Amino acid sequence: MNNPSSLLRFALSIILAMCLRIAPWQEPLTAYNPDWILLTVIYWSLASPERRGIFTGLTVGILTDVLTGRMLGLHALTYSLAAFFSLKLHKRLRQYPLPQQGLFIMLCLLCSQFLSFWLENLHAPLRFQASFWLPVITGTVCWPLVYSFLRVVRLHNRSR
Amino acid sequence: MLSCFCSQRHIAINPLFATGPSLNTRLLVAVLFSLTLLITEHRGTRLESARAALSVLVYPIHNLVDAPVHLVSSTVETVKNMHKLKEENEKLKQDELIYKTQLLKFAALERENIRLRALLEKSFKLGEQVLVAELLSVNLAPYEHVVLVNKGSRFGVHPEQPVLDAYGVVGQIIRALPFSSEVMLITDPSHAIPVQVNRNGLRTIAVGSGQINRIKLPFLPNNSDIKKGDLLITSGLGGAFPQGYPVAVVDEINYQPNKPFAEIYATPKAQLNKSRELLIVWSNREPVPLFSQETPEISIEPNHE
Repeated sequence: MNNPSSLLRFALSIILAMCLRIAPWQEPLTAYNPDWILLTVIYWSLASPERRGIFTGLTVGILTDVLTGRMLGLHALTYSLAAFFSLKLHKRLRQYPLPQQGLFIMLCLLCSQFLSFWLENLHAPLRFQASFWLPVITGTVCWPLVYSFLRVVRLHNRSR
Repeated sequence: MLSCFCSQRHIAINPLFATGPSLNTRLLVAVLFSLTLLITEHRGTRLESARAALSVLVYPIHNLVDAPVHLVSSTVETVKNMHKLKEENEKLKQDELIYKTQLLKFAALERENIRLRALLEKSFKLGEQVLVAELLSVNLAPYEHVVLVNKGSRFGVHPEQPVLDAYGVVGQIIRALPFSSEVMLITDPSHAIPVQVNRNGLRTIAVGSGQINRIKLPFLPNNSDIKKGDLLITSGLGGAFPQGYPVAVVDEINYQPNKPFAEIYATPKAQLNKSRELLIVWSNREPVPLFSQETPEISIEPNHE
């Protein structure tokens, strides 16, 4: 079902996304850092739904929880849900132009951020600021970029 | 666009009918699994070993992100010129001499203190071991003040250990993984540290404000004896932090006549956003027995493992 080259491309893109997620940006920028990993997971579920699915989202989510020191299962839940909706709608979404896809992405990011807001507040009530929601907007803006980049990653030298 | 999705030779035909469990079933399994994880995590610390095992997988990523920053700082160190190094060496030697003489006095004072406390029939805790850990430049979550250091449970680090730098208290370990550990800074909104005013021993609690250069003292009444410039030190209550380490300096007091408590802010002594080397402290839990004849050893050497 999986061929090694596509698995490698997938793994590399996830590792890159994880690096971007925890990169030490300068102070005003860190609040804007979008959830690169979720964008990558959504892209792969849209592009090759027969190979990457809900359990991929689950695995990547658990690794993200460990990576960022959240509660185990937090990102696992949001990423598998995002993967589910992407799989459900992939045929329709592929036909849409990028801005229209962006709307779906924004909804996904918003749901994911809302779930983590709720779950983290349950665990340890922090005083979240309004800037907590900024990554949703930057994530949506970055989607065309992520899309075109990952498309190159996925299709480069493939027909050889 | 659709054509490129199935253009690979390996899988000439995409599976037309789904194999295995349906999408909904898979979602159900995934959601139930994550919820189980979340609930188990919420209830206690039973998943720590699973997290420790998985953290070995993500440890290379932490290091990969840290590598460029590390490289820059080590390159700067390498290309420093001879003259500057000599100057720095000279200054360090002078500093060491000063500190050594102060330490001599400190040992004498310590013994005197123990004798006096013995007269007062109070036992005395002392003796701390430290381990130098280096900060990894990664940003775990933007809304939290939690940093990662490169020493973990392989070095015997455990949760709730205090972390210091050369100037004061930095925070405490909240999670020890095999190769790294997470340190919550004293400025995190969900961190609180018991402190006392060095001048008069007034005890209170300092809570993080979410700003890297601010902590606040929300529980002091308007008429309490506290001034701008007062040094706050750890009070040793609560047991997590050893007594007597500098925490912060009071820099803003707003009296609020209509409210029971004043609004007091302090600036941490530790250089929270500059220090790359941190000290993880093991404090000696056993108090020195009363009227002991032998002199207690003070180990302030970093233990090299």
